[in-house]
Amino acid sequence: MNKTVNPKDLTSEDDYGPLYAARKKVYPQSVSGTFRRIKWGLMAFCLGVYYFLPFVRWNRGVGAPSQAVLIDLPNSRFYFFFIELWPQEVYYFTGLLIVAAVALFLINSIGGRIWCGYLCQQTVWTDLFYAVERLIEGDRRERMKKDASSDPMKLERISEIVLKHSIWLLIAWWTGGAWVLYFNDAPTLVKELVTFQGPMIAYVWIGILTATTYLLAGYMREQVCTYMCPWPRIQAALTDEWALNVTYRYDRGEKRTSVKKAAELRALGQQVGDCVDCYQCVAVCPTGIDIRNGPQMECIQCGLCIDACDNVMAKIGRPKRLIGYDNDINIHRRQEGKAPVYRIVRPRTIVYSAIIAAVGGIMIYTLATRSLLDVNVLHDRNPVAVKLSDGSIRNAYTVRLLNKSGYDRVIAIDADGPANLTVHVVGVDSVTPDRPMVVIPRDSTSELRLLVTAPAESNPEKSVPVRFHVTDVGLGEVASATDNFVAP
Amino acid sequence: MTDHSEVDTVTGKSTTGHEWDGIKELNTPLPRWWVISFYLTIIWSIGYWIVYPAWPLISSHTTGLLGYSTRASLAVELANLEALRGEKMAALAAAPLADIEKDPALLALARAKGRTVFGDNCAPCHGSGGAGAKGYPNLNDDDWLWGGTLDQIMQTIQFGARSGHAKTHEGQMLAFGKDGVLKADEIVTVANYVRSLSGLPTRKGFDAAKGEKIFTENCVACHGDGGKGNQELGAPDLTDKIWLYGSDEAALIETISQGRAGVMPAWEGRLDPATIKAMAVYVHSLGGGK
Ligand code: SF4
Ligand code: SF4
Repeated sequence: MNKTVNPKDLTSEDDYGPLYAARKKVYPQSVSGTFRRIKWGLMAFCLGVYYFLPFVRWNRGVGAPSQAVLIDLPNSRFYFFFIELWPQEVYYFTGLLIVAAVALFLINSIGGRIWCGYLCQQTVWTDLFYAVERLIEGDRRERMKKDASSDPMKLERISEIVLKHSIWLLIAWWTGGAWVLYFNDAPTLVKELVTFQGPMIAYVWIGILTATTYLLAGYMREQVCTYMCPWPRIQAALTDEWALNVTYRYDRGEKRTSVKKAAELRALGQQVGDCVDCYQCVAVCPTGIDIRNGPQMECIQCGLCIDACDNVMAKIGRPKRLIGYDNDINIHRRQEGKAPVYRIVRPRTIVYSAIIAAVGGIMIYTLATRSLLDVNVLHDRNPVAVKLSDGSIRNAYTVRLLNKSGYDRVIAIDADGPANLTVHVVGVDSVTPDRPMVVIPRDSTSELRLLVTAPAESNPEKSVPVRFHVTDVGLGEVASATDNFVAP
Repeated sequence: MTDHSEVDTVTGKSTTGHEWDGIKELNTPLPRWWVISFYLTIIWSIGYWIVYPAWPLISSHTTGLLGYSTRASLAVELANLEALRGEKMAALAAAPLADIEKDPALLALARAKGRTVFGDNCAPCHGSGGAGAKGYPNLNDDDWLWGGTLDQIMQTIQFGARSGHAKTHEGQMLAFGKDGVLKADEIVTVANYVRSLSGLPTRKGFDAAKGEKIFTENCVACHGDGGKGNQELGAPDLTDKIWLYGSDEAALIETISQGRAGVMPAWEGRLDPATIKAMAVYVHSLGGGK
C-alpha cells in the first residue's frame, strides 16, 4: 500500500526512481557443479532435438512425405511420426497448449521457475552465446577488463570481437535455418537453399530468425526475462509457500563476514553466519542479482549460484547448500530447530496433474479412435427443394468426403430417409441402383453433388431428417452425417 | 527558443524551459537509436521519392527512376493469373463436352467455373441457385423447354431463345385473345381443358368435349397430341406438374390471351467457348436430364 506523503516531505529515498535506467551489463562467471552439468545436458538435448529432428525420416508409403515431423502448409497437413493431422483437427494443438500450460503450472508449484532456468529457449541460447563469448574473450574478469579498457583497439582485440560475432551469427543462422526445415522436406530444402533455388519465404524466415536469435541471445539476454517476458509476473500467482525456489538459507546465520574474521568470532563464541561474503553467487548469476536479498523477480532459478556457493562451502569446510532449492517454510522450521518437510503432493499439484491426465487422456483416446473417413453434408439453399415433372421431389446436397488414409478408397453412398429415396451423384453412373459408388484418392477430399429424390406418392412432410451413410466397400468403415429432406 | 540553462533541483536534470501552471518539463531527450532511426527514415523517404512515382505535377506526375506503376504491376498480376488458369481452362476447352462429367477433376473445375459465371451472368433471371421464377425456368428440375441433355443445354446457352442470333431457338406462344382468334368463353374453356390434362381440377360446368375440340384446332400444332409438348419449338409439356407461368385458371387465361415469348440471350461471342462449356456442365449438374 502506498502511504500518502506530503510532497514537501519527499526525500530522495521516497523517489520511485527513474522510469528508465540504462542497462548494467552482466558478466556472468563460469561455474562448475551439479546444476551447471544439468544445464549443459539439457542444452545439448534441446538443441539436438531442434537442429536435427527435421532430418529424422518416417516411412509413410509412396507419395507421402517421409519426414517424421513436418508442417506441410501448402497441403494443410501436419505430420508427427505416426500421426497425421488435418486442418479441422487443430483442436489437438489446443489440447497440447492446455497440457503445456498446466504442465508449466505444475512444474511451477513444485520447483518454481525451473522452466526459465533450464528449458526456456531464451535461457538455452543465451547460455550458448555466453559459452562462446567466454571461450573467445575469457571469463568474467577478463571480459570486464577488456570492455573497460580505453586502449585503442588492438588487432588482437578486434579479431576476437569479429570471431565472436561470426560464431554468434553462425549459430543464429543455423537456428533460423533449422526452423524452415520443419516446413518442407529437409534434405531437399537444404539442397535448394545452398544452391539458391529455395523459396523466397524460406530465406525471409531464415533472415528473421537469424536476426532475432542474434539480437535476443547476443544482446538482450537477461533483459528479455526481466522486461519482455510476462512469465515472471504470472508466476507469482502460481507459486505458493511450498514451491521450491532458489533460496539463500539465512537460517544458517548472520552476520556475513570473511573466513578469518568468522573463525575469530566463532572462537569467541559469537554468532556468525556461513556466508563469507565472497560474492561468488553474484558473479555467476546470469541476471546479475544477489540472491541473498531474498526471492527476486529477475531470478530465473538456474541454480548456478547454488553451484558457486557449494564450491565455496566445500573450500571453507562448511556444509553445502547455503543456497539451495528450498522454501520459506523450511527455513522457519530450521530456525525453530525442526526438521524440514517437503510436500510435493498438495491439492494444487493434484489438481494440475489431474487436468494434465484428463486432457492428455482425451487427446490420446480421440487420436486412437479417430475416423479416417469422414463426410460433411450441406443442403442446397436455393432452391431447397425441386418438384419434378412427375411430381416427385428432389433435394440437392453438396457432400464432402474425406479420405484421411494412405490408400484410395471405393465409397458407397446411401441415404436413410422417410420414403424410398433414390440417390444420384452427378457425374457418376450408378451400377447399384440408389447406392452410387465413388473413388476417393488417398489423403484427399472430394466434393460431390448429390441429388436425392423422393417419389411423388411418398408425399413427404415439410422437413424430415435424412441420414447419409458413406461406406468403404472394402473395409466396411462407415461415416454418417445428418441433414434434412425438405418438401416444397 | 528553448532554454536548457535551468536545472531542476530535485532530479538534477536540466529543464526544457517550458512551464505550465508551475509545472516544468524536464529535458529528457529521445533515445539516440530512436533519433537515428527517425533520420534514416527521412533519408529513405527521399530515396523513395526519386525511385518511385511520387510528386504530382500539373498534368501528370513524376514517374520515378524505376518506371514503376501500380497499374502496370496489376496488369502483370492479372496476366499471371490468366496464365495460371490458362492451363486448366485449356484442358476444359479441349475436352469433349460429354467426357467432362466423367473426369472428377474436370467436373470440379467446370462446376466451380460455371458457378461463378452463372452468378455473374445468369443469376439475375434464373436466381443464384438456378431456382428460376415466374417466366424464368427452374434449372434444377427435369422439365426442359428446349431439351435438357448436355448438348441441348450448351446450345441454348450459346444461341439463346428468341435472341435474334442466327441459330437461336424460335417459336412462341400466340396471343389467341389479343389477336381475336378465340373468344373469351372459348379461352376459359380451353384453359380448363389444359388444366385437366395434368390432372388439375376444372371449373364447374366445364365442357370437356368443347375444350378438346378447341385444343385440337388451335394448340396441337405446337403442343402436340395430348399436350405433350415439343422441345423443337420450346412448347412446354402441358401434362406435367411444372408450369413456367403458373397453372391456375387466371394465369392460363392470361397466357392464352396474351401469348408468351420469353427471351434467353445468346452467350456466344460474349463468353469464350470454354466458359460456355463450363456453364453448360454446371447447369446440367444442377439436375439436368432429358
Ligand atoms: S540468483 Fe541464482 S538461480 Fe537466480 S538467476 Fe541468479 S544464479 Fe540463477
Ligand atoms: S557464494 Fe555463498 S558464501 Fe559467497 S557470497 Fe554467495 S552465499 Fe555467501
